[in-house]
Amino acid sequence: MAGIRLMHTLDPDYQFLEALEREGPFKTGACFQCRKCTTGCPVAFAMDLFPDEVIRMIILGQREKVLSCQTIWICAACETCTTRCPNEVKIAELMDHLKEMAIRKNVPCPKPQVLSFHETFLKNIEKRGRIFESTLLPVYLLRSGQLLKRWKDGTWSAELGLVWKLFSKGRIPLWPSKNKGGKEIGRIFTENK
Amino acid sequence: MKFTYYPGCSLKGTAKDYAESILGICKSLQIELEEIPDWNCCGATAAHSINHQASIALAARTLSLAAKMPHSQMLVPCPLCFNRLKTASYALQQDQNNRYKIKLPDSVPKIWDLANFFATEKMLEITAQKIQKPLEGLKVVCYYGCMAARPQEITEVKDFENPQALDRIVANLGGTAIPWPYKTDCCGASQAFSLEDIENRLVGKLLDMARRVGARGIVVSCQMCQANLDMHHKRAGGSSGKLSSLPVYYFTELIGLALGLKGVQKWLSRHITDPLPLLRELGLFGT
Repeated sequence: MAGIRLMHTLDPDYQFLEALEREGPFKTGACFQCRKCTTGCPVAFAMDLFPDEVIRMIILGQREKVLSCQTIWICAACETCTTRCPNEVKIAELMDHLKEMAIRKNVPCPKPQVLSFHETFLKNIEKRGRIFESTLLPVYLLRSGQLLKRWKDGTWSAELGLVWKLFSKGRIPLWPSKNKGGKEIGRIFTENK
Repeated sequence: MKFTYYPGCSLKGTAKDYAESILGICKSLQIELEEIPDWNCCGATAAHSINHQASIALAARTLSLAAKMPHSQMLVPCPLCFNRLKTASYALQQDQNNRYKIKLPDSVPKIWDLANFFATEKMLEITAQKIQKPLEGLKVVCYYGCMAARPQEITEVKDFENPQALDRIVANLGGTAIPWPYKTDCCGASQAFSLEDIENRLVGKLLDMARRVGARGIVVSCQMCQANLDMHHKRAGGSSGKLSSLPVYYFTELIGLALGLKGVQKWLSRHITDPLPLLRELGLFGT
């Protein structure tokens, strides 16, 4: 049985690299594993696969492992890897693309709060064309279950204190700054769902 | 001098201090800013993370509006907005296969990151002529973050591994910018609310190093870095486990301070870590 399971985990999809590159290009195939990306990555310590491993696994057709890993969601999009890669692999852009692909293929997100924040943010833009920070955070905290988490671990009062401080310093507006291109903005999102 | 101006969303909200200080110093230096009418959000991290097409289209809409303005240059204070506008402009120029189905007008203005604009020789000179009170004794580290410099093919920045813009501005104002190794190390602001543990570690690392090299404050040009370093230091603690409450100044506030502008106190009073005690101690404020 162990043999069969091993076959399953190693079952490669050699179309994966090509499919990604068609939608890029990201120059994934140019990687020669120097690990410059991983060495300079500020959040590598929290990743389950290092950036160079993600790239190697793409080349080896390990589609499911790559799409379900935490790394693509932990990436802070700081662009250090892309900037330093000697082979011009667009690593940070690839991480974004893998997130989109994972969503499209309904792969469960291992860091759901990250996805939830991005979704809440985009909904907020869709509504007024601009971000209204005063509703962004409360809606995110409710949607993502982070409010409950903060309640349980006792950090909610510190956060609330910070919000109050910002408010008293005039940094939390009561009314949103709107733009009038509502339909245009809406179209951008409906055309690119 | 007249410029097109794209403030971005947070300067209309939580980064009011940054917005006010920009308007304050520009008025004093006779730089006229004309805001793009009906600009929209650049899409920020969220759009490029999970909806690439929308991230280009959102930034392109603002760029098209900017192209209708009469000015040939545009100032962008938020490095993330700057990065997204430059990315869209780059992507659309390269778009041979018409993947995005968007054509930008030829009249899109030159896009400036605000700090890089104020660090040009011309602007340093204009600023220097108006200095009332040099920032003598102010020892800071300049923190650039990620988005104004990287990736270089998009930002067109040459010194992306060791940027100098803020250091030059601080030196021009009479202050001391201490060299340090974490100028462009990410502070984790994009995930400050979703991956706090990671962000705490990044903020702690930066604050610790800033202290180790002897800085009394941090100078930034990004409102997300500012908020992240200014607000979350209590959560972060640093490796010592103690609070590292270093004041985090916008470079525009320091310019305003050296120019002796009246608004400075109001801008600085909006910070979380009180930036005034250090300035009072050094005789740079309220004397």
